[in-house]
Amino acid sequence: MRPRSGAALVLALLAGLAAAGFARAQDAAPQACEVPPYLLSTESTLPKVTEAVKNARPLTVLVVGSRSSTILSSEASAYPAKLQAALKEKLPSIPINLSVELQNGKTAEEVDANIVKLVEAKRPTLVIWQTGTVDAMRSVDPDDFRGALDSGVAALQNAGADVVLVNLQYSPRTETMISAPPYLDNMRVVAQQHNVPLFDRFAIMRHWNDAGDFDLFSTFHGTDMAKRVHACLGRALSKFVLDAARLDQAQQN
Amino acid sequence: MSSIADPVAGTPRSEATAAAPAAPAIALPVTAERELRLDLFRGLALWLIFIDHLPTNILTWFTIRNYGFSDAAEIFIFISGYTAAFVYGRAMLEAGFVVATARILRRVWQIYVAHVFLFTIFLAEISYVATRFENPLYSEEMGIMDFLKQPDVTIVQALLLRFRPVNMDVLPLYIVLMLFLPIVLWLMKWRPDVSLGLSVLLYALTWQFDWYLTAYPSGFWIFNPFAWQLLFVFGAWCALGGARRMSHILSSPVTLWICVAYLLFSFFVTLTWHIPQLSFLMPKRLEQWMYPITKTDLDVLRFAHFLALAALTVRFLPKSWSGLKSRWLRPLILCGQHSLEIFCLGVFLAFAGHFVLAEIGGGALTHALVSLTGILIMWGVAWVISWYKHSADKGAPKTKSPVINADMAGGSA
Repeated sequence: MRPRSGAALVLALLAGLAAAGFARAQDAAPQACEVPPYLLSTESTLPKVTEAVKNARPLTVLVVGSRSSTILSSEASAYPAKLQAALKEKLPSIPINLSVELQNGKTAEEVDANIVKLVEAKRPTLVIWQTGTVDAMRSVDPDDFRGALDSGVAALQNAGADVVLVNLQYSPRTETMISAPPYLDNMRVVAQQHNVPLFDRFAIMRHWNDAGDFDLFSTFHGTDMAKRVHACLGRALSKFVLDAARLDQAQQN
Repeated sequence: MSSIADPVAGTPRSEATAAAPAAPAIALPVTAERELRLDLFRGLALWLIFIDHLPTNILTWFTIRNYGFSDAAEIFIFISGYTAAFVYGRAMLEAGFVVATARILRRVWQIYVAHVFLFTIFLAEISYVATRFENPLYSEEMGIMDFLKQPDVTIVQALLLRFRPVNMDVLPLYIVLMLFLPIVLWLMKWRPDVSLGLSVLLYALTWQFDWYLTAYPSGFWIFNPFAWQLLFVFGAWCALGGARRMSHILSSPVTLWICVAYLLFSFFVTLTWHIPQLSFLMPKRLEQWMYPITKTDLDVLRFAHFLALAALTVRFLPKSWSGLKSRWLRPLILCGQHSLEIFCLGVFLAFAGHFVLAEIGGGALTHALVSLTGILIMWGVAWVISWYKHSADKGAPKTKSPVINADMAGGSA
């Protein structure tokens, strides 16, 4: 399957077509926010999560993130809550405890400084670390960013937790003001070095925007779109986590 | 207008020949004709930079950064170094260090004014977006507008070149490089190869000791001048006879195959970024050694990629190629001949393009249309500028001496 669709994509690329369009054509999209499979598959694994689920132990998830991990005044609609709901649905026999530690306005370096403390209090099986936005906005030196990320991920792994990294949001309106690429690249590098799954929120949201699922350029002021985007992100993230823990086949028939 | 616009073509022929004997260490190419390849590729670089500054669309797939390590910025800086050395190098031989320096400084001032002009437009755009756009999904990202709350600091920092919005990094780099051009040329006049060696040394030391320029409110210059000077100085070195002395290396088949192999390698690596399904083919070892390929410090892999591209270009696209006179390449060449104006226009059009896309929305077709329209505008403006120079200003009283003309020519470097 993989090599074949890979070859097909090369052809699509050479023909000057958008690769995303091709992937979508392959599997007819029932939902409004389909994510192409390649954006949800990862070679890295989550052994601690796999083990907990296999042994029917409770799954404790800690989301460490900045303000884009929540929706102001409707936290229950943000992606962490949606992730918890989706995991409960997929793993009905296992208690899922999910908590969120918002580190508003903090760079990776500042979060790294007290990440172990956060983990010690909750002893999570899985830490989902959403980062990069604050660093990009403050244009922190990408090398410093990578260093902080590197030491943070290592500390989490030493503390006995699995880690999933979540990168920046795709934000077309601020593209002329915030330079995301160096931070996206460095997150990919650190994920690779520590063999940690990287949830590519940026690429997924861009895909939705290009495919017309969401108009992320919209000047709409209400929270409605934010809620829908977060619902889709939560669902996609749950699939991603289960896939990385190699649990999807077993649990979802 | 005409003064900044004058292309190298304005170079008086007589001076070109007169300059040659005066040069002990460096040799200025004795050309009666303008080197159209430089204009062509500088024009191309300008178009690519413009397209890369817009949101991803179909045209983005035609930009070289998708097919290898280096991108249009390398081409632009290299050619800028080449043309600047060509023009001001001559000025230094003919009129001496002081006069050449004075002319270079006047040029620096023009670029600085252009940068401040672009910043003003940027401020206008940001202020508009900040007041109109309040999607709760992006409440975090909108924090970037906070700088509007203290314009006293921000604007002063922008004038000091320390506060640069995204996509406005090339001109400050260019300003710094041009500021040091008098010293570079002076050294080149003495010993070109030693100068290039010093440039490589500075590049190496930058990597070793992690030198950089800080920016406001935090961070550093996106284009590290200590690293990027290598391309600029290399361009200058090539212009002052280096290219000719390298010609036997460039024409050797070994060079050809090394270049082809390296370009293929980098093409494959880039492919794995776009098609993650292929990334299993990449050896982990190689990935860990290679990544990240930094643009800020002009990674050696990027520099090598540019060299390979340049070597193949010089080999397969001779100066005498008739296509250079074809009318199909005319738009590119025209844009390349007025690079400062067209570069600024490109940055402005990228802002405007973002703005249009944000206001009217639209799918892939609109995105591509915006890119195409931008390129047509760039072409149109380049045409108008050259019309001013060749027709509108013809009747003006002839007060300028040919020497000044030559200077301003470099102007459009």
